[in-house]
Amino acid sequence: MRAVRVVAVNVFRESVRDRVPYNLVLFAVLLISSSYLLGQLTAGQDVKIIKDLGLAATSVFGLFIAIFIGIGLVSKEVERRSIYSLLSKPVSRAQFITGKYAGLVLTLAVNVSVMAIALYAILGYMVWTEPPTIRAGWDAPGIDPALLKAIVLIFIELMLITAIALFFSTFSSPILSAAMTFGLYIAGHFNSELKNFERVVSSRAAAQLARGAYHVLPDLSAFDVKTEVVHGLPVTMGYMGSTALYGLAYVAALLLIATFIFSRRDFK
Amino acid sequence: MRRKDLHVVALAAVAFLAAVSLQVARDRWYPRDDPQREQVLYVRSGAALQRIVLSFDALAADVYWIRAIQHYGGDRLSGPGAQTKYQVLYPLLDLTTTLDPYFNIAYRFGAIFLSEAYPGGPGRPDQSVALLRKAIVAMPHKWQYYHDIGFVYYWRLRDYQSAALWFQRAAAQPNAPNWLAPLAASMLVHGNDRAAARFLWQQIAKSEEPWLRRNAERSLLQLQALDQIDQLEAIARKYSPPVGEQYSWSGMVRRRLLRGEPVDPVGVPYVVDPVTGHVHVSEQSPLVPMPEEPRRLQ
Repeated sequence: MRAVRVVAVNVFRESVRDRVPYNLVLFAVLLISSSYLLGQLTAGQDVKIIKDLGLAATSVFGLFIAIFIGIGLVSKEVERRSIYSLLSKPVSRAQFITGKYAGLVLTLAVNVSVMAIALYAILGYMVWTEPPTIRAGWDAPGIDPALLKAIVLIFIELMLITAIALFFSTFSSPILSAAMTFGLYIAGHFNSELKNFERVVSSRAAAQLARGAYHVLPDLSAFDVKTEVVHGLPVTMGYMGSTALYGLAYVAALLLIATFIFSRRDFK
Repeated sequence: MRRKDLHVVALAAVAFLAAVSLQVARDRWYPRDDPQREQVLYVRSGAALQRIVLSFDALAADVYWIRAIQHYGGDRLSGPGAQTKYQVLYPLLDLTTTLDPYFNIAYRFGAIFLSEAYPGGPGRPDQSVALLRKAIVAMPHKWQYYHDIGFVYYWRLRDYQSAALWFQRAAAQPNAPNWLAPLAASMLVHGNDRAAARFLWQQIAKSEEPWLRRNAERSLLQLQALDQIDQLEAIARKYSPPVGEQYSWSGMVRRRLLRGEPVDPVGVPYVVDPVTGHVHVSEQSPLVPMPEEPRRLQ
């Protein structure tokens, strides 16, 4: 466990050295400038749009961090040949993979938390400046704890994308890993289309193939509850729990396969 | 900072200023403003757009909403003329509400402004109703959408039977206000009168949305002007101009039928037709265009 922690902390430190937290400044600037501009443009929908923008930016910034750092987690060590000295220490390959993954997830957790705090701060300011008559017309309260539901699912989706990037990183080049992770990200959002493929094709084999792909590919659209929370619609704890568990189970499967592949790699 | 670094920073600042100056000069020499560009909608299929934007459909809906507001505001301010007036308002609102089916204000905006007669809107009550029917599919228990359809049938289409039917449907929804059922019944019996119109606009004027309130307040002023016009025409009928003279406010003031030149609720003088004695709101009044007076059932 200690070895995993050491590797994870190093990944986190490296991300700070790589100036990853700069994106937080960009996020804050984006939200603050938008909150001013949107008030002039949106006919009273500024709070809704700030929520949409904040959640979408959390998701996009996290996606870029997950993909572009995730794909280099293993391959960078191999390219720099630091993998030799690392593996000569008392660190198993499974611990190495788990530590790398945990480090990037820690980076993402810090990022997502700071973005959530910034989003709530901007919303708090908007609530404070709007008169009660305007606030009465909002679908959901300005400072709505339900936003955390969307943020938690975004974070679990990012955990899943990190696991995908790390998985590809164990056996492929960074460019190819980025392309494949991004491809899976897009496919994952279309995944629900495959579920009822039998309604649009007559071939039983094609329908079963599509159904199989639906189960194998990550179902990323399930993690998207942004619209619901912004409009104050209910997202049950049952849905949250089952989706979160699905994400964690998928992550576990990817990490196990990544460890399996990585443990069989020959670095000679 | 070293001297050499300062030089580099200064040079960068100069280069940046030069770029901005060139941009300003080029825009002045070769203006690129194309009024048609804003009318272009590259993707009109909401279903296709939903797939293109992945999980960012709510944000894309916001972008289309801002475009709809800008399109409407731009066309309204640009004055009469172009035949492409409000051409993409409905597609923009349709895309907005396909991407975010719970975008309540987009439906209500469409209900009011799509049906508004030119130049205040494209004068397409059919599009208003289509958008509101879409709202009902997304949120079948919101009485406001049934009410808004009823309002479009009542105020724009003058179809009082359909209006009453939609008000009845609105009254049947959860949390519907208790004035809806009597309103539907009265509409079936009396068809239309100005009091019903005033009552409906007063309900809309209670909305939390400032632009809905403003529109309702303007409509209430127009109704007030219609009442005043009725009274002024009654006075004009009593006044028969002396031989060789025409209908005029000064003549009526001299006869002590009026105390002074009458003004509409926003302070612009009314106009009296010198030949017929009919009274109308001045073209200079912000209340123009006045609503078409609803027909009374015989």
